[in-house]
Order: sequence, then structure tokens, then C-alpha cells
Amino acid sequence: MPQGRSPILELHQITKAFGGVEALRGVDFTLCAGEIHGLVGENGAGKSTLMKIIAGVHAEFSGRLVLDGRETRFRSVRDARAAGIAMVHQELSVAPDLTVAENVFLGAQPTNRFGLVQWRRMAREAGEQLARFGIDVDPMTRLGDLPIGLQQLIEIARVLFSGARMIILDEPTSALSPPEVERLFATLRRLRDQGTGIVFISHFIEDILLVSDTVTVFRNGRKVAEAQAAATSKAALIEAMIGTGREELEESYTNDIALPARCDRPVVLQASRLSLARCLKEVSFEVRSGEVLGVYGFMGCGQLELARILFGKLRPDDGTLVVAGDQKTFGSTAQARRAGIAFVPESRRAMLFHQEPVYKNISISILSRISQLFLKPSRERSIAARQVEQLQIRPAAVELDLGMLSGGNQQKVALAKWLSYPPRLLVLCEPTRGMDVGAKSDVINIIRDLRARGLAIIVVSTEPETVLSLADRIIVLKRGAVVREFSDEAISKDRLLEAA
Amino acid sequence: MVTDDSVSVSAPGRKRPGRIAATLRSQMRNIAPFLTLILLSGFFAAASPSFATLDNVGNILTQVSVTGIIAVGLTFVILCAEIDLSIAGIANVTGIAVAYFTQQESYVTIANIPMPGWAAILLALSVCAMLGLVNALGLTIIGIPSFIMTLAMMQIAAGISALLVRGQIAYQVPDLVTTLGSSSIGGVPWIVIVAALMLLGGHLVLTYTRFGRYVYMVGGNREAAEYSGLNVNLILGSVMVISAVCAGIGGMLGVAHFGSAQQNEFDTYLLDSIAAVVVGGTSLFGGRGGIGNTIVGLFVLGVLNNGLDHVNIDSFLKILIRGIILLAALVINVYAQRLRARSIE
Repeated sequence: MPQGRSPILELHQITKAFGGVEALRGVDFTLCAGEIHGLVGENGAGKSTLMKIIAGVHAEFSGRLVLDGRETRFRSVRDARAAGIAMVHQELSVAPDLTVAENVFLGAQPTNRFGLVQWRRMAREAGEQLARFGIDVDPMTRLGDLPIGLQQLIEIARVLFSGARMIILDEPTSALSPPEVERLFATLRRLRDQGTGIVFISHFIEDILLVSDTVTVFRNGRKVAEAQAAATSKAALIEAMIGTGREELEESYTNDIALPARCDRPVVLQASRLSLARCLKEVSFEVRSGEVLGVYGFMGCGQLELARILFGKLRPDDGTLVVAGDQKTFGSTAQARRAGIAFVPESRRAMLFHQEPVYKNISISILSRISQLFLKPSRERSIAARQVEQLQIRPAAVELDLGMLSGGNQQKVALAKWLSYPPRLLVLCEPTRGMDVGAKSDVINIIRDLRARGLAIIVVSTEPETVLSLADRIIVLKRGAVVREFSDEAISKDRLLEAA
Repeated sequence: MVTDDSVSVSAPGRKRPGRIAATLRSQMRNIAPFLTLILLSGFFAAASPSFATLDNVGNILTQVSVTGIIAVGLTFVILCAEIDLSIAGIANVTGIAVAYFTQQESYVTIANIPMPGWAAILLALSVCAMLGLVNALGLTIIGIPSFIMTLAMMQIAAGISALLVRGQIAYQVPDLVTTLGSSSIGGVPWIVIVAALMLLGGHLVLTYTRFGRYVYMVGGNREAAEYSGLNVNLILGSVMVISAVCAGIGGMLGVAHFGSAQQNEFDTYLLDSIAAVVVGGTSLFGGRGGIGNTIVGLFVLGVLNNGLDHVNIDSFLKILIRGIILLAALVINVYAQRLRARSIE
């Protein structure tokens, strides 16, 4: 604990279990006023769980929570907020149909003495707050009309300016572009200097080292290390996180990567001049069997819409799709699936059934192949068990409800559901987002293995590392148009970022 | 709420004390309605000597049959997180249609079209299937929320019924319908057998067929179902048609059971069917529950309606008591859901 700073929040011996599964075991944690406290750890290490206890999301746990020297317990998010604690969750939680100003003041709109909302004052103050954060938007636009990255910034801004004494940021930077990250960090430092206690969770260890004062490392529900950021290093933190040195993966994309020469295997998908309203402008590309095509671009550049067109979820205004030689117009996702296309969206919640057992999650997309009228549960279970084994999904229990698995393992299930009968084309959105180093390298190896088996794969990502570590060819999207294609050349993260 | 961080599992084989409690909690949705049923039955059995008799059990079975037939289809709809408010209307119009196509006594002055019994039945079934198809198209192709779509259909069905009977009452239905609706075999009413078979059929479809699995998955997470390549619209459309056809069958047999076909005959069956499905523990948010729950729900309602007639209380108070007990059952249902959500959090 740094000298001269007083602890505002202390947690002692926190233990929390979900249905017999322990997520936290005897964790101590202290947050001081005027401190940025970085938290690192693999997926499932317990970081988010601990923060959700602090933010009042999880009301049931054992251990003591001491606020300003007095033992207390939050029964709800509202309790925690009243005590001055605010949290930005990993997944976007905004009201897209409300205006920017309403979102900034959500739950705390300024009212006059009759209890009516003061719209003009709200718009003005929201505009001022966002401007301080370097965001220049009309406060009266509908939030949902803005790009996702900007929505996330606005959500962060709302929490930062809510007047909370303690702010928890869970993986806030994954959807932000580098300049946006810098602006965020500048604001965090300013708030810290004003005496706010900040917890910052991230998988980007450089970010943690850059902005934090103190760093705490979690592994398997325990706190394994705590250090001054200035006195530790990336290698030391990674080692504490996973026990062994797995830096090679991290290193691989800081140097130049040589993309292979164009291959002449058969074209699996050819897209020509795809256009969609304001999202896409005449996007053309092709992808071949045994090839990974990377689609890179900042948030909101049309890459998610592009992926949804390929899977029949959105219909393009113009342009054609040719799958294995046949021109296709997909009226539904079911037609795309029958054409041999598989899709994993960027959000696990949009892909998986949390209340259903793992085996039903895996078998859902292949049921029509393994059964006609009646189900064959034993067949489903054995297919699922094989996938669980191959992808090393932990715990290896196909009967377990999916919600019991950690994020990284859920992501593997999302892949597993397409692999028992491999498709022709696999479209992956953000396949490694929010994952720790170990799970990331597992998923990357799975994808490489699929490529070796001859699948055509499209990886859509806003993380340059993901695209660089997987792709044979890369197209860069900017405001819905292809601005650059990299193939058969050496490329580095810098050059990719520069192109976008 | 599902956390992204959860984790290491205890070594296999090692029993945790929390395990049994957790399993019980997760089964609360099924246990709570069953307990309600047992408590209600116990109460009425103690309060009235005429309640717990074999004859009365037969009465209860007969009394819940029409609701049961209608509730089979509604269970499919609610499992998909949709609702069908037109079931009573469609039951009514189908019952009237089957009478409309049957030769009536001379004193019934309806401008009807007499047909052979089998044709009348087929025509009536196609009427309900068509109305269900309109519900399905409105919901899936046009995108009208099922609540509103079926509210409109409720009115349309009532309108067709009114035009067909014009305030009259028809009494004759085809022989097959009369038999199934109002006679018995070996002391067991046919209508109870039909209800049991339809409930069994619904259970088999939901549990053992691919379509049934799709219904649960679409209800559990519609977006995920779509991204898994399921034809969500086809499944939603199918359940709306299934619901309408079940309602139609219930309506035909109901007309034979009551002995007449007339306007507004089935009005109380809308709330009864929804209550049976939901009180039984099937989630209004979709994906959880099933025919087993609906059966328990049917008996809770049946025991309640029947039992209140056996105890000596003000008959005007009974309506209120019924409402309060239903509310209590729903409160238990919602708490059960919360407990489960917490146990898998």
C-alpha cells in the first residue's frame, strides 16, 4: 500500500462460490483514495467477480467489506452507488434509444422543483462533460446511431463524471482506438489526482503498467501478487498470472510478420461490391480454402455488418456473394448454414444458451445432421464430449450448464458448435476479445488447426494482434470501404494501425 | 446474469454440502407448483368430506379437459417467449364452425351449410389452422408483436363467430365430435382421454424431437438460435399454428361437452389456459418449463375451482379467493425463477 494514501475500501478474506464452484478464495484487497489500482489475471481468475462484489452486483459472499473504516455490506448496485462506487462493465450497458444527454444523466436527470426534467440544462451539461473528455457529439442525437466505440466512450464518461469516489473499469479499452485510450488515461490520471480511487482491469498489460500505481495479480480465485507498477515488469506479471513464461505469443506480433504468397487453392467465397446503407461501400474480396482472411478496422467501420451479411442475418442493398461457385442470396441464417457457412458473433451472449447444458450448446447447429424427427441424445453427448476433449474445454463435463464455465471456455464452446461437421467457411468476429493470454493462444491454435484442415476462415477484429497472429491476408476497412489489402509482404502492427 | 469470471470446479467425486441445496434450488420451478397442488388438495380434503372421493377426482379431470387441450398449444407458444391471446376466440369460432357445417334442428334459424360429419370437422380444423397461420405471418413476416397480433385475432375470431351464429345457439355437431366431447368409455369420459393423449403428444414432441429442442432454444435465447443457423421464423410460425389448432380441437370438443355452440362461450378459457401454463412453472420469458408443468398447473386450477365449490363459503367471495391463490402461485413462480438464476449465476 502506498504511503500517505488512506484506504477507502478494504476487503478481507472474500470467498464467493457459484453453485458449488468457487470463484474467489480468501481474497484481501485494498483500494486507496487517489490511486489507480490495476488488476490482471487470466479469464476466470476472479477479477470481475471481486469487482462485482464491490459494486453490489453480487450481494451474497463470505468475508468482510470495510468502507471508510466501517464494516458494511451492499445489498444491491444502488447501495454501492449510494456509497460512491460506480462500475463500467465489460459489456456495453447503455440505452440506445435514448439521447446521448439522457444516457450521460441516466438515473440522475436534473429536474426543476416540480420534478420535471430540465432538458436544456441536461443537454448543455452533458455536452460540456463530454467535451472535457474530448468527445464532440450533439448531446441530443440518439445514442444508438453512434459507432459502438463512441457509445462505449460515452458510457465510460458517464461513470467517470458521476461524482463517484471509487470507479471500477472492467476491460474498458478493448473497443477503443489508440487516441481514445490515451484520452481515457489522461482523464483517469486527472481524477486520481483529485482523490478518486480507481480500479482498472485489463488484459493489455502495457496499459496496466502505463496507467496504474499498484498492480494486483489474480490466479484461480486467489490473489497471487501485489506490486508497485513502477517496480514490476510485463514479464513478471505474466509469470505471476499463468505461472510459466508464455511471452513468445506476445512477442510474435511486435516484429514484422511475413504474410505468405497468394495461394491457388479453390475460392470458397467471393464477395463483389457489397453495399449496405451507411455501413458498407462496394466491398469486394475473396477467400480460399485453407486460408485465413483478416478483416481489420476500428469499431464501427462496417466489419460487423459485413460478417452478418455473409451469414444471412443482414441483406445487402447491392452486390453478390458466390459460395463455392454458386451465386447465393441468403434469406435467413438457416440458408447460410446449409450453404456451409458458420458464424461466431463478437458477443458470447448472442451465441450461447447459458441455461442449457454444454452438450446442447454444441449440438444445436448440427442437430439436423445427426437426427431427423427424433433426437439422439447419446449421439449428441458423445459428439460434444469429443469436442470438449479436443478443444480442452474445462471443466470437461458436457452436462454442466454453460453459465458455469468461464468466459474463455464459453468462447471455445462457441467454436465447438461448428466443428463437429466442419463448415466450408467460418466467419469469426473478435474470436479472442477479452481473453487472457493462455485462452487466447488455445483459440489461436484451434483456428490454425482448422485452416490446416482446409477451411476458409474470415477473422473480423478490431484488435491488430488478433488479425496479425492469424491472417494470411488482411483487408483493412475504413468507414465501410476497403482501403488497403496486405498480402505477400511483411507487416507490423504499426503499419496495420497506420492503414486503418 | 452470467459472469464472465467463474472457475475452478471441485475435484470430481467430492460431494459438496451445497450441492443438494443447489440442485433443489434449481428445481424450485418444478417443485413449487407441485407443493402448491399438494397443499391445496390437502386443505380441501380436510375441509370437505366430499372433496377427496373418486367421483370428484373424475369431476376434476373432466373439468380441466378443455383447458388442458387448449393449454397444450399455448405451452409451445409460451416456451418460445411469445403469447397467444386468441386461443379462446379461435376455440369459439372453431366450435361454431363445426356446428355451422352440420344439419341443425328446424327451430335453429341459422343460414348454415350442412355437410357430412368428416367434412365439417376438416373444414372447422382448417378454419383454426388458417387463423393460426395469419397469426404466424403477422408475427414473423410483418413483425407484429404476438401480444398485439393475437389481440387483433381475438377480435377477428369473435367477429367471425358472431357472423356465423348471429345471436342464435346451435346444438348439433358431427357424431364423432359428440362422442369425443360428451360420452364415456368404460366410465372414463372420452374428453379426458383426448386431453391426456394431446398432453402426452405435446410432451413427446417437446422432449424427444428436434422441433421440440428448437422450441426450447428459441425461447432460451432467440438471438443465439438465429446465429446457430436455426430458422427462427419457421419455428415461431409453427408454434402459432400448433396453438391455434389445439385451441380449435378444444373448441370443437368443448361445444359437444357443453351441448351448444354460441357466442362468447369460451371467454373464461383464455385466462384459465394462460394461468395453467404459468402457474405450472413454465417461464413467461421462454425456454423453461414444459407440458409436465402445464399438467401440474391444470390440476392446481382444477382443484382450486372444484374445491371452492365443496367448502361452505360465500360464493361471491370465491372469485376473490381464486384470484388471490393464483397470485400467490405466481409469486412463488417468480421467486423460484430467481433462485435458479442465482444458482447458475
